[in-house]
Amino acid sequence: MEWFLANSPMVFERAGQHLVLALVPMVLGLLISIPLAQFSRRHSALRQLVATVSSLLYTIPSLALFIILPPLLGTRILDPLNVIVALTIYAVALLVRAAMDAFDSVDDDLRQAAVAMGYKPAARFLQIDLPLSLPVMFAGLRVVSVSNISLVSVAALLGVGNLGMLFTDGLQRNFVTEVVVGIIAILLLAVVMDALLVILERVLTPWTRAGSVKPDAHAQSGAAFIADAKVHAGAGS
Amino acid sequence: MNIFTETFAWLADPLHWSGPGGIPVRLLEHLQYSGLVLIIAAAIAVPVGLYIGHTGRGRVVAVAVAGALRALPTLGLLVLFALVAGSGLMPPVWALVILTVPPLLAGTYAGISSVDSNVVDAARAMGMKELQVLFGVEVPNGLLVMFGGIRTAVLQVIATVSVVAYLPLGGLGRYLFDGLVLQDFPRMLAGSLLIAALAMVVDLVLAAVQRLVVSPGLSARSKGGRKAATDFSAAAPAAAAVQGGTA
Repeated sequence: MEWFLANSPMVFERAGQHLVLALVPMVLGLLISIPLAQFSRRHSALRQLVATVSSLLYTIPSLALFIILPPLLGTRILDPLNVIVALTIYAVALLVRAAMDAFDSVDDDLRQAAVAMGYKPAARFLQIDLPLSLPVMFAGLRVVSVSNISLVSVAALLGVGNLGMLFTDGLQRNFVTEVVVGIIAILLLAVVMDALLVILERVLTPWTRAGSVKPDAHAQSGAAFIADAKVHAGAGS
Repeated sequence: MNIFTETFAWLADPLHWSGPGGIPVRLLEHLQYSGLVLIIAAAIAVPVGLYIGHTGRGRVVAVAVAGALRALPTLGLLVLFALVAGSGLMPPVWALVILTVPPLLAGTYAGISSVDSNVVDAARAMGMKELQVLFGVEVPNGLLVMFGGIRTAVLQVIATVSVVAYLPLGGLGRYLFDGLVLQDFPRMLAGSLLIAALAMVVDLVLAAVQRLVVSPGLSARSKGGRKAATDFSAAAPAAAAVQGGTA
């Protein structure tokens, strides 16, 4: 605790770097995945291809990807851009499948009703498909958030600044306190991000709890968890 | 010379394929660490997952614990175990076990609970004992989903074992960290490519095993039913995710 108080500016700076490295890929991944999923969902051959490629990309270990990317991107090994690109790849690999599932979860009758009411395709997508797919989409986003926050720390091994540096530094100096502070800080980041995503989901999907009892937080984290376990379930077949 | 030609020159060099630091030895170390972790983790996660999936007891606790474990940073846990429990093989192995139990447990549990409850009830009505229901009905029917968890866990272990070289132990990760220290980028890149290739090959092997073991009726391979089955496998995760959220 004393160590933390003495070094809190450093820890907060590292936490800031950590958050940027974890969040930017999540947002980029979402922005890439939604159009990709919407487009490939309608062509079964493309859908198969997207599913195969995304599960293949997902198999590449992060540490290896952080090193394979620099010569491909023309960046230096210390460049945070490598981390952002690598984590964006993972985010897309996970979210494109989640987004396809999310759009599939929208009741087709609702789509047809919207068409009958005169919705143009773009308006129908933005006002019907997208909002109704949010619950499944958020399950995917929560998985990405937790896994990104954990993966960013691996980049510290190569010298990219983030909370993972507390681990490498702690090991070199044989200083357990620093490692424990790092673990707690990362756990806190993950928990806070997850809570923010849950709140955001509730704000964006008010209809899901209309007339229902208070949703069980544990069951919800279970949903994200199962979504994670299923990333490969469909892919291998 | 281009970085890729240098890397392939490094990979093609016979010197790097023999001796105690050679690729075959490192590969074997990598597989040994991964196998050890997986065996210990499976011995813990599979029975617990089967029990929770079958009885539905302890579900909330298991999901909460597994979720919390999942947020633990891999690197932090490895370093913590190395510092507290000292050097050697077992501290990092135990750290890896802690990280591997959640996906295995979730996969097992999700697989068992994904089985249609009507099927389970029918099995009971036919007079099957609980263990027969579990191993004769629930496990075969839940196998496709269980494989999802197994493959996630295996990939995670292979990826994380690369980090173990930092502690320092063996495995293919050695090339990354030795290369980093020596500013030898072709060596780092070669090591990374080997790790990525290993992960892909192992995942392919598991996919092949999955095809062999999982009933054709579940895995969208049966002729004629292909289209319908594909649609089902795509809709299943969404359905499970939604169910998990409202149950």
